Amino acid sequence: MRYAMAIDTKKCVGCSDCVVACQTENNVPVGYCRDWIVEVTDGTYPQLELEIRSERCNHCDNSPCVRCCPTGASHYDEGGIVLVDHDMCIGCAACIASCPYDARFTHPDGYVDKCTFCFHRVKKGQQPACVEVCPTKCMYFGDLDDPDSEVSVMLKKRKYKTLVPEAGTKPQVYYLI
Amino acid sequence: MKEEIIVSGRMNPKIDPVLHVWGWEIPIYLFLGGLVAGILFFAAFMYLRGKEDAYAAAVKKAPLFTPIFLGLGLFALFLDLTHKPYFWRLYTTIKLESPMSWGAWTLMIVMPLALFWGFSYVREVYPQIDFRVSWLQKLESFFQSKRREMAWVLIFMSVILGIYTGILLSAFNARPLWNTSILGPLFLVSGLSAGAALIMMLSKDRAERKLFSQIDLALIGIELFLIIHMFMGFMASTEVQIEAAQLFLGGAYTLPFWILVVILGMALPAVLEIWELRGHHIPAYIPALLILFGSLCLRFIITYAGQASRYLY
Ligand code: SF4
Ligand code: SF4
Repeated sequence: MRYAMAIDTKKCVGCSDCVVACQTENNVPVGYCRDWIVEVTDGTYPQLELEIRSERCNHCDNSPCVRCCPTGASHYDEGGIVLVDHDMCIGCAACIASCPYDARFTHPDGYVDKCTFCFHRVKKGQQPACVEVCPTKCMYFGDLDDPDSEVSVMLKKRKYKTLVPEAGTKPQVYYLI
Repeated sequence: MKEEIIVSGRMNPKIDPVLHVWGWEIPIYLFLGGLVAGILFFAAFMYLRGKEDAYAAAVKKAPLFTPIFLGLGLFALFLDLTHKPYFWRLYTTIKLESPMSWGAWTLMIVMPLALFWGFSYVREVYPQIDFRVSWLQKLESFFQSKRREMAWVLIFMSVILGIYTGILLSAFNARPLWNTSILGPLFLVSGLSAGAALIMMLSKDRAERKLFSQIDLALIGIELFLIIHMFMGFMASTEVQIEAAQLFLGGAYTLPFWILVVILGMALPAVLEIWELRGHHIPAYIPALLILFGSLCLRFIITYAGQASRYLY
């Protein structure tokens, strides 16, 4: 099993509903976020192109954050989801420094926190909160090892990219372009 | 003009707009670790060469400070942890891929060795100390008889400790400024030079001071060579590393780095030492303090600047 997410940059309108849904679902402390919106404008005026992305932890296949964690608090869980075991985390921040996407932060309670792909929901067969709530239905979540899952199908149908592939982390959030 | 504008809605404390998860604690920890590595290396090295009486400050006196420095360094590391009640988790696993982990274990080995080494010499340095109880005296003679073994382990462990202070940072591929293998040797040499400087300051013997000032001179030369090498490596590397190097070549850290680290911490003490070797009289503590200061600034600036360097996407 390999959980992954595909996000359609052509459908995303940057409404931030996923951000709010995550904050509510996961009790994210005020002033913090586990997912966020990035807007990239590029080109030469007036020929500009806008890309909107909903970003989060990429649950990398080759995660520097898991590698550098001195206690094993950061680990791969079922389906390759990268999780932090709060009771093992000492708050050394090595994993925060190691993530090229700056996807992690220190929770006010001391441990390090980040997107979990809503593991507690996925275990029950539900979709992550952000996927569930997206009004444009631009996110797809599922198992890459299953050729019929929604993600696998989308990745076969469409062109896609991952973020900073040159960092070697093998990110598992794919952006459809 | 072709432009790219990136707007992010993320504003997590200590992450945005510029990463700043590591404050003063980590550079202090790295500095003290390097300094201890330097002192213990010279202590063990001079001992094994049979120079314990000729170079008494190096073998006997300076190591007495190392358990204190190590304790302070570990305390700084502890202060840096945000989930303190769980710090003991560091010592329930060994994760070889994590520099933080094997560094913690290295310190766990060096700390008692430093204590035992100092303990075996403390009465020689301070004869007024009197171990009244007989078991302390027995323990003392036990460690005195084991100095040779301790020296061999120390020489090895001190090099690991010194390199570790650099690898802790260079293992982070996400921060292009840190991601250079030069950082390990650079911090090791900087630690050795800080150790030699402290020995020079503590020594009352002319010949010993002279030797360590020559050693320092050579180490400063190596450091400058490594720094040039580091920049050559950056400039010949990928876009993110070229940009990272710009932090020191016109960017925000240019003046602190070249003035505090290179000029005040390396070039000036080197000039003073050359003068001294030519027969002018310069009090040993002036170049020594400058070197220690430069070594501390190097850790601060690299730790801070590294967090300002990143991948842009
Ligand atoms: S995105 Fe960052 S935190 Fe998430 S798995 Fe990759 S390296 Fe780790
Ligand atoms: S902060 Fe916690 S999860 Fe991150 S590396 Fe340190 S112990 Fe591991």
